Amino acid sequence: MLTDPVPTESGALTTVGLHRTRLATSWASPRVRLAVLGAVVLALTAGYLFTDVPGSLAFALKIRGLTVLAMLVVATAVGVSTVVFHTITQNRILTPSIMGFDAFYVLISTVIVFFSGSAAFLAFDQLTLWLVQVVVMVAFSVLLFTWLFGGKRRSIHLMLLVGIVLGTFFRSFTEWMQRMLDPLDFQVLSDAMFASLTRPDETLLALTAGLVALGCAVIVPLLRTLDVLTLGEPAAVGLGVDHKRVVMALFAGVSIMVAASTALVGPILFFGLIVANLAYSYAGSFRHVWTLPAAVLIGMICLLGGQLVLERLFGFGGTLSTVIDFAGGLFFLYLVLRKGAR
Amino acid sequence: MIALEKVTKRYGRQTVVDEVSIAFGGEGVTALIGPNGAGKSTLFGLVGRLLQAEAGRIVVDGMDVASTSSSELAKILAVLRQDNHIAARLTVHDLVEFGRFPHSRGRLTLHDREHIENAIGYLELEPYRDRFLDELSGGQRQRAFVAMVLAQDTKYVLLDEPLNNLDLRHMTEIMRLIRRMADELGKRVVIVLHDINFAATYADRIVAMRNGIVVADASAREVMRPDVLAAVYDTPVDVREIDGKPVALYYG
Repeated sequence: MLTDPVPTESGALTTVGLHRTRLATSWASPRVRLAVLGAVVLALTAGYLFTDVPGSLAFALKIRGLTVLAMLVVATAVGVSTVVFHTITQNRILTPSIMGFDAFYVLISTVIVFFSGSAAFLAFDQLTLWLVQVVVMVAFSVLLFTWLFGGKRRSIHLMLLVGIVLGTFFRSFTEWMQRMLDPLDFQVLSDAMFASLTRPDETLLALTAGLVALGCAVIVPLLRTLDVLTLGEPAAVGLGVDHKRVVMALFAGVSIMVAASTALVGPILFFGLIVANLAYSYAGSFRHVWTLPAAVLIGMICLLGGQLVLERLFGFGGTLSTVIDFAGGLFFLYLVLRKGAR
Repeated sequence: MIALEKVTKRYGRQTVVDEVSIAFGGEGVTALIGPNGAGKSTLFGLVGRLLQAEAGRIVVDGMDVASTSSSELAKILAVLRQDNHIAARLTVHDLVEFGRFPHSRGRLTLHDREHIENAIGYLELEPYRDRFLDELSGGQRQRAFVAMVLAQDTKYVLLDEPLNNLDLRHMTEIMRLIRRMADELGKRVVIVLHDINFAATYADRIVAMRNGIVVADASAREVMRPDVLAAVYDTPVDVREIDGKPVALYYG
């Protein structure tokens, strides 16, 4: 972090000095910083793809290549959606999961296991399941959003509050159903509830990638407008941003991306918080042109790094979310404590 | 001119702006005064299209605020609200750059950069241009926000209590700047003020509100009278003449 002297009221001299210090401490422009992240991602990808190959390289590359692609899709969805969500809500300790995406995913799976048993759940057509998950999640979030933001009330905070309450309700309901499950069914369900990026279904991966790309296509033209939104709604409106329309569009983009990637790999939003906040402090600029790609690349580093640790260090003796949650939990504590200290 | 026709705004059952019809934004500085809850900020919110009126029409230079696109209005009307909390870390220069958004949509031209430099220069912010906003004192911060509004290059500038939390020196500094903006740059400034002596010293016209209606609208000298001020603020106010200028004494 920057260590600047206390601002002086009248000191052109000190300020000139300060200016130099800043140029010196800021070791690189956002472009270079991003390039460094890109290089790390490439190195990790190569490490993941080409080291520790047990049999045929071609086979390993095919399987692992799919995993890397899934990671890219998920890192994009999580990174972009979290940063955009932070900007919309003017709050940097939330993730879109507050809107109940993860809770809904678990609920739908639980309902299926509850009513038709784990055998049927496992035999369930993956494509249908994915479609159901995506449609329900998008429908729910869009409903919540148009109700509490699109209408007369127009309150993001009210929307978040209702989102938290409903999310808690779904989680409690899910838990209640899980309690009544056969232990074997419960085992199968628990397994499915940990995000897994390895061996994704090719069709689903392609579909998810399509939806994530669609979400990006909505968000990218609004990058500069997003910068203005960091000033808050009043200032943004004063600068001629059609706040309601823009936020609705952004939110639609976020919903589609998050729903698709959650339906592909399971509850995954947990690490959005780490990724986004690391991106803010690392990117060297508040502009979304830099923070969004930085968040995506840091997400890739988390996923690739976590997967490497998991596979090569622990021999698959755990889940990816455990690895990232552990690191993420520590980081979150650090964030909270640092915020409090300021 | 900014013309309001029978504008009404309610929060729930409470009417905060009650069928107000007024036109302001003539040349010079107009001060909007009145007690807390009189509806001053709400009025600004309505003109600045942050709030929607229940009834009535607001027209800025022939453009109806309700039907004109937000970006068109942002080219002739700039509004600076009271509290400007920003989650991200911005430098002064970053902030002032945003003033050009209505014109450039974020892609700055040479012309935009000129406006940014002029605004930074006008508010004497050159030494602080690369400082982060959270490293500035209250006065410098407020100047940075005024610079952003100035860079927006609008005919009308609406400032909602820009003197909040400033000390004597910085209050005077900001008021002088506002006066200069009106005199030298031809800005039509409308400003919400709590210190009526500042209003009397720097404004050409004073509009007083109370309980959602306009109770006085005249030149500074005409409003600065004990009976008028006492009625506006519901508290006794003494007005004395010092060096030919009316000064209100309300310290009890």
